[in-house]
This record gives sequence, C-alpha cells and structure tokens, in this order.
Amino acid sequence: MRIRIAALLMVCVAGFAHGEAGGDPENGERIFGQCSGCHQIGEDAVNRIGPQLNHIFDRAAGVAEGFRYSDGFKRAAAGGLTWDYETLDDFIENPRALVSKTRMSFRGLPEQQDRDDLLAYLRQYSASPENIPEAAPTAVRVDHAVAPEILAIVGDPAYGEYLSGECTSCHQVSGAGDGIPSITNWPNTEFVTAMHAYKDGVRAHPVMQMMAGRLSDEEIAALAAYFESIE
Amino acid sequence: MPFNRRTFIGSAAVTASLLAAPMVRAQGKPRVVVVGGGAGGATAARYIAKDSEGAIEVTLIEPTRTYYTCFFSNLYLGGFREMQSLGHSYGTLAAEYGINVVHDWAVGVDRDAKTVTLAGGGSLPYDRLILSPGIDFVDGAVEGWDISSQNAMPHAYKAGSQTELLKAQILAMPQGGTFAMVAPPNPYRCPPGPYERISMVAHLLKQSNPTAKILIADPKESFSKQGLFEEGWNDNYTGMIERIGPDFGGANVAVDPVAMTLSIDGDVSNVDVCNVIPAMKAGRIADIAGITEGNWAPVHAADMSSKMDDSIHVLGDAAAQGDMPKSGFSANSQAKVCANAVRGALTGSTVFPARFANTCWSLIDTDDGVKVGATYEATDEKIAKVDGFVSQTGESDEVRAATYRESIGWYDGITSDMFG
Repeated sequence: MRIRIAALLMVCVAGFAHGEAGGDPENGERIFGQCSGCHQIGEDAVNRIGPQLNHIFDRAAGVAEGFRYSDGFKRAAAGGLTWDYETLDDFIENPRALVSKTRMSFRGLPEQQDRDDLLAYLRQYSASPENIPEAAPTAVRVDHAVAPEILAIVGDPAYGEYLSGECTSCHQVSGAGDGIPSITNWPNTEFVTAMHAYKDGVRAHPVMQMMAGRLSDEEIAALAAYFESIE
Repeated sequence: MPFNRRTFIGSAAVTASLLAAPMVRAQGKPRVVVVGGGAGGATAARYIAKDSEGAIEVTLIEPTRTYYTCFFSNLYLGGFREMQSLGHSYGTLAAEYGINVVHDWAVGVDRDAKTVTLAGGGSLPYDRLILSPGIDFVDGAVEGWDISSQNAMPHAYKAGSQTELLKAQILAMPQGGTFAMVAPPNPYRCPPGPYERISMVAHLLKQSNPTAKILIADPKESFSKQGLFEEGWNDNYTGMIERIGPDFGGANVAVDPVAMTLSIDGDVSNVDVCNVIPAMKAGRIADIAGITEGNWAPVHAADMSSKMDDSIHVLGDAAAQGDMPKSGFSANSQAKVCANAVRGALTGSTVFPARFANTCWSLIDTDDGVKVGATYEATDEKIAKVDGFVSQTGESDEVRAATYRESIGWYDGITSDMFG
C-alpha cells in the first residue's frame, strides 16, 4: 500500500492532471455515477445531499463551505482527518469503517481498480495530488423529472414531523445510516425528487414504493421540510 | 431551525413552573400511564413525552430492567446475534424524556377511579391508560403443557432466558436427534416467527449436528411467507425439515414434558427438544381491566382506544384491530398514532389522521433475508390494509443480502425509535 502510494505520487509529480498512475479517469467518471446522486464535481458544483468534491485532495475533512456535516464527520474533522490518496482510498473502500455514523449511505467500492479509477477522476478536480471527500446520504442516482409546481410546494414541517413517524420505524433521526439510509438534512429538491421517484416506480425499492405510494404531493413536501430542518 | 424557538419556549416554561409551584403543576398536568415497555408501550411513552414537551406526565410500567426484543431473537438462536445485542435499558427514556419508569407489574385497573394498581403496592392515577402488554398463552392450548413445563419444553416466545434455554437445549441435542416445534394457531405474535425460527435452528444444526431432524406440528393450513421459507428449506436444509399440517393431524397434538414425547394424531414420537408455542391471548392486564372480548382487546382504528373504555388505549399484540399482523413494527406504528391522539385529547394539540405501516423481515440462512409488508388506514370498522408486497422466490443473492442488511438497519432504527 505504502509502496503503491509512493509510486503514485512520483507519477503525479511527473505528469499530473490525469492520474494515469493506477487509475483510468474515464472509467472513474462512469463509476462516479454512483456518487452523483449526492455529490457534484466540476465547474458550478455545489453542495447538495453531500458536499461538492472540487479540490477534495488535500482538503481537511468536514470543511466544505456551507455544508452541514454529520456528527460523525465533525468528530473526524476535529480529529484531524485530511483527505489524501490513502484516506480517500480507505474511505471509498468502506466509508463506515473510516468514519462511523455519517449520513453517507454508500457501501463502498471493494475493488482496488475501481477506487483507483474513481480517484483518478476526482483528482482532475483538485489542484494538487493527495486527498479525498466525505459524507452524504443515500446514493442512487435520480434521473427523475418532478414538475416545478410540485417542487415549489412549501411543506408544513409540523405535519411532516407527524408523518415522519412512518419513516422513523426504520430511518434514524440521528442520521445514522447502516443498512437503512440516512434521510436527514437532505436539500428539499433531492428529497422530494427521490420520494416521487419511488412513488412513480422509478426507484426500485418495494418498501419505499409502498410508503411513498400513498403520500400526496403536500405530504411529501411536508416530510422534506421536516427532515431538512432537524438537527 | 423552525423548532428551536418552540423547544426553547417550551423548556423555559417548564423550568419556570418547576421553580414556582411544583406541587400545583404536578397535580394539574394530565397523566398518562403506559403498561408494557415493548415496541408499543415504549414508543407511545417516548412520543407523548417528547412531543408534549413536559405538558403531560408520563409513567411507564415495565417489570424488566433490561428489555430483550422478541424480534431478532431467532437470529440469536441461529448464531447471528449475541443476546446482549438484543437488550435495551430504559435509562434514556427516564433521563432524557422525563418518563417515570416504574419497574413493577401492573396487577389491577380501577376504571371508575382511573387508577392502576402495582404488584409492589401503591397505585397510579391516570387520565389516559395505554395498555401494551404483549401476549400470554391460552391455558390448556397444548395438551400436556402448561407454564410449569416451560423449562422442559420452552416456548421461547418472550425473549430472554427462555430463548437462551432453547438454544442450550438445541446445542445439547444428541447427534441425529430430533427438534420438534408445536406451532401456534392464528392469530399469534409475529406470523413468520416460528418459521424463521425453524430456519435458524436448521442453520445451527447444519453446523453442529447435520444429521438432526426438525419436526413441525402445525395446526394451520398455510403460513406467512410460506413459499419463501419452503424454497429456502429445500435449497439450504435439504431433507432436514418435516412439517405436518392439519390434514395429517398437525392440529391434534399432545406433549409429555417428563417422557419428552410429542404425539401427533395419536402417533407418539420421542423428541430431544420440544419448542411448544401455544395459542396466544392478550397480556393478562387487558383481561383484568375488563376490556377483552375473547382472547383480545378490540379497539377503534382511529386512535387505538378500547371499544369498552374511551380512556384506555390498547397497542400491539394485545389489540384486536383488524388487518395488521401482530408484530413489533405494527405496535410501533400504532403507538405513534395513539400518542398523537392522546396528546391531542389531553392538550389540544393537532390530531392528524391515523396511518399505519408494517414490514416484517425474516432470515432464512446466511445473507438470505426476505420481507413482507403493507400499509394500512383507519376505517370505522377496523384497521384496513391499503397496499402490500412480499419478497419473491428465486431472488438473486444480492437482493437477499441487501434485504438482510436492511433488516439490521431496521433493528437499529426501531429500537432507537422505542428507547431513544
């Protein structure tokens, strides 16, 4: 592991920009499809469910401006976690092994080659080698158009709090997400879009299709308002 | 943060009144007494305490200091969980939610005086009483068995020492011995439970005692997730499991806990372990309160209130409510509807319409999880099913493994929802 990283850094110094070291950034871009439901990268990237990942290499964990981090990440950040190739590699292999109780509901990439490819892709968006990103919720890419008038509904968080009783039999309010994804602190648009994707059968999970299936547009907006608001 | 302000004002008001006149306040506050600290009772107590922000005095009566969940206790039998991981304390409910947790048995209810009597003496007044006592067994349901024989022939249908006893007996079986189960008639707690248990026992025996046999005497024609379980038993535990249904005398059984025999339709077999799961009824306090009809306590679907007494609500296994299965998930779901209604009645908070859901996960073998679930609504007559789904036979290993992981996540979710 150490040897591989050392070799990688040398290559980086020599001919950076595309991380040919061990990874194929084009394949990494495809793999990033698993991340892009929550994370943005590149020009105009902003924090969504997860923080944006520009300049992730060399960045201290938990510092993306304007992003509300989970307690798990605040702890990791306070402990001095910095994203370099090694920590990113460990994290992507099994996110929960490195930082527990985050909202990032991603099981990890077990194959070294996949991680190398993904890191090669991510590194194109960092100014210098080293380092990795951190947390965010459920990771299924949403390609589901929700009508603007539905997205525009302003939900009632008090009603959402009551309705959330149907969610909290499984999803933890604390934001912990092992086995069942975290749904706290999602941006409104992502939450509403995901719920409509279940309701319309675009997302596949049978429990969620059933639960979302009987929620009205207003009820989905109420839940989104509540879960966005809780600490 | 829309809730910060409300939370702050609420706690400030409580603090002020505590300093000013605690006795007056204590007498003036509406009182809710909850009997039973499982999925129904613990959830109801927590939600009422949490959402009323100190405006309601909540007492929870539960005899055990450490609560072992019945759900997932089969996974302990199969070697997938430690018993310790199923134990939960009431410390958070007391310390963070201000619930008065009383470790005692409720042995009497005076519906006119609105008080609950404790086994240890004393009584507790209530404005609303929530009973969530789970199940007890019907006397004489299995010929030859009563509660005095539960050491020789464990039911293991209330988790804890019975579950540990059953596992020890399974591990002590002679090579090639017989594990027998007397399965219960409908309705009973956790419909897939006996069959998940068979799967877990088979999993355990396959490693420690591969020539052992499993015999089920079953009074029911069919059972929950039958196709899924039978597929799994054929694939993973080939030739180990024999189920005798009612057509072949599965409803006509007797046991002899001294001789360790099981008689099915007069045909007597020697068995090494006999797991007797008798017919069930509402936990005894429901009967004592006089709100049962037959074995269960009928309730209104809208707020889980007893059809015999508006001031009493019944949750979970003990309730006769309609279409929901008797499960921890159901009890947890009903508790939140009940908590919302009780709080509304006592403090005037908004009461939202009832909505219920249930999902039951079962483990068949390592990483082989299946599930069944449904949503429900309140009608005038009962809790009525709206929509549902069940895992399919022939699902991929990945789907089954994901379902199992999900069930572990659910366990963490529901126990947080119950115990804080």
